[in-house]
Amino acid sequence: MDFMVFQYPMITVQACLDGILLGILFALIAYGMALQWGVMNIINIAQGDLVILGGYIAYFMYLYGIHPAWGVIVAPVIMYFLGVLIYKLVINKVVDRDLFISILATFGISILFMQLMNFAFGADVVLANSDYGTTMLFNNNVVLPNSKLFSAFISILFAICLVIYMKKSKLGRAIRATAQNARAAKILGVDTEKVYAATFGINAALCGVAGALISITFTIHPYMGLPYTIRSFMIVIVAGLGNLPGVAMSGMGLGVFEEFADYILGTEFRIGSVFLLLVLILVYRRFKLSRKREYLK
Amino acid sequence: MNKNNLILYSCILIFGLAAPFLFPAFKVQLSILCVLIVLASTWNIQGGEMGYNSFGNILFYGLGMYLCASVQVGMFFPLAEWTESGGEKTFVHTPTQFFQGMAVGLVVAAIVPTIIAGLIGYSILGLRGHYFAICTLGLGVAAGEISGGIEIIGAGQGFTTPPFPDVGSLEARGEFFYFLSFFTLILTFIAVRSIYSTRFKLILNAIRDNEDKAEAMGIETMKYKIIGWMISAFFCGLAGGIMGGLVGYIDSTDVAFDGREMGVFMVLMAILGGKGTLWGPIIGATIFHIFKEGFWTFFLGWQYVALGVLIVVIVIYFPEGIMGWLREKYPERFGEVVDEKDRKAQVELK
Repeated sequence: MDFMVFQYPMITVQACLDGILLGILFALIAYGMALQWGVMNIINIAQGDLVILGGYIAYFMYLYGIHPAWGVIVAPVIMYFLGVLIYKLVINKVVDRDLFISILATFGISILFMQLMNFAFGADVVLANSDYGTTMLFNNNVVLPNSKLFSAFISILFAICLVIYMKKSKLGRAIRATAQNARAAKILGVDTEKVYAATFGINAALCGVAGALISITFTIHPYMGLPYTIRSFMIVIVAGLGNLPGVAMSGMGLGVFEEFADYILGTEFRIGSVFLLLVLILVYRRFKLSRKREYLK
Repeated sequence: MNKNNLILYSCILIFGLAAPFLFPAFKVQLSILCVLIVLASTWNIQGGEMGYNSFGNILFYGLGMYLCASVQVGMFFPLAEWTESGGEKTFVHTPTQFFQGMAVGLVVAAIVPTIIAGLIGYSILGLRGHYFAICTLGLGVAAGEISGGIEIIGAGQGFTTPPFPDVGSLEARGEFFYFLSFFTLILTFIAVRSIYSTRFKLILNAIRDNEDKAEAMGIETMKYKIIGWMISAFFCGLAGGIMGGLVGYIDSTDVAFDGREMGVFMVLMAILGGKGTLWGPIIGATIFHIFKEGFWTFFLGWQYVALGVLIVVIVIYFPEGIMGWLREKYPERFGEVVDEKDRKAQVELK
């Protein structure tokens, strides 16, 4: 254990800043998860693997000499069509089934993607170098890579665009209507099948953006998908479905938590602490809900 | 027990006892099959009968594995030095020490996970549906990540279980582990079968069908849920202990808490065979094991791709499993009274 965090305030500042910038990315992924959960009632375990796949698209562009930042535009386009394809092949058969079926089916997709990525890109940890340099703050005590600022900016931009799109456009309205009541929407002439496909595609596209940003700022590896799924699940259950400011806030909170866990417990317990936090949050939620149930009694 | 059943059981028993001598090359595979059947049938107690689909039974399996090996080493030698020396053996178990250690280790491996299941059961089993599934998934992965950071059980470099002592015969190791796992399988089968013929099973089914109603009828659902989970944990721990000795090497995320493989296998085997039946998980595990070994041997490298596709196909097209399909096809054989006219009418409706 390392308690440097408490002795040097600059490390605390560093951890908080890193955590917030990382958390914005988590919030973007969680937004996608909340969207498909709310609309289609599906929990997608393959979410994290879609993120990593988006990262590899940006990494490939980097390998071929294109600046990886363009991945932010290319990855969502490719991922959108991939998402629609996954929907047509698998998800549309599990939409109105039991939630556990969808969890297991997407678990299968996750394993499939993980291994295909392992074949295609190798099992090395890679990152796409963006050459954005770093910013020094507070007397050179806090190091802030510009790529992290860039990624946070792009995430916020995409989130705002999506929120406006959902509010104003015809498809956005159809998606929201389907989320409220799929049957009524169908009666009123909304092609729910199309809406579902589009929702899953949008979710995959968001994952693509987040993945491209992650490949620029952090590292990617074929097997790193599951933690991203768990993080976004955690953010969604803390914030609640359809609560966007909540998603943003709890995303940042999770980011800061992770940075501190990293400093205090050591890097080898980082992923473990995320999963443990998930269990703790669910248990806390269960006791809170059961108290509410007792009031009803 | 009627006459047909008796013949069936004695056939299986005789086959099981003779198998290592009939197929000496497949002893390890047969032992793994026994362990898989144990895992699938005990997953079925709370996954199939109780309706609490858990990805987290791997937690008990991994715990059992580590506990059994640690006790086996720790009873006679300092544990820290053992794990530090890794592959180079400075200590050697004599046969008596090995078997004594294994016996005590298995008892500990079965009991400690049961107690842990009881302790965490109250908090975890209050979750419903997918929250329970994701929470147990998190538990399994967290256990793997955390045990990968603990020095005394080998941390990231793994833990070598005590090698089988030299008792004069080369075949002894395979036979010992085969009969150990086969005995566990029989024990599990008897336990599961007797559970399924009691009121306890009906309570579990009531919880699955409608938990609130079951509670309203005066059943203390939480108590029975915890007991159901503890039974699963007991056999998972036992299976883990045996598997640890069989594999000979424990790695935190790849062997013990392998939620991506074994944790999903249990669920998949039970679903493939048919959730909520006695024979379903057994049939499912056997078919799955044969399929898996075929793929692992002939398509090495592509096995996980095949596994992913297999999961998707099974879940989408056979959610009822083999037993469910048979039940639909031959309902008479499952003791369901079917009215011929009614059946014809239904076929016509389709």
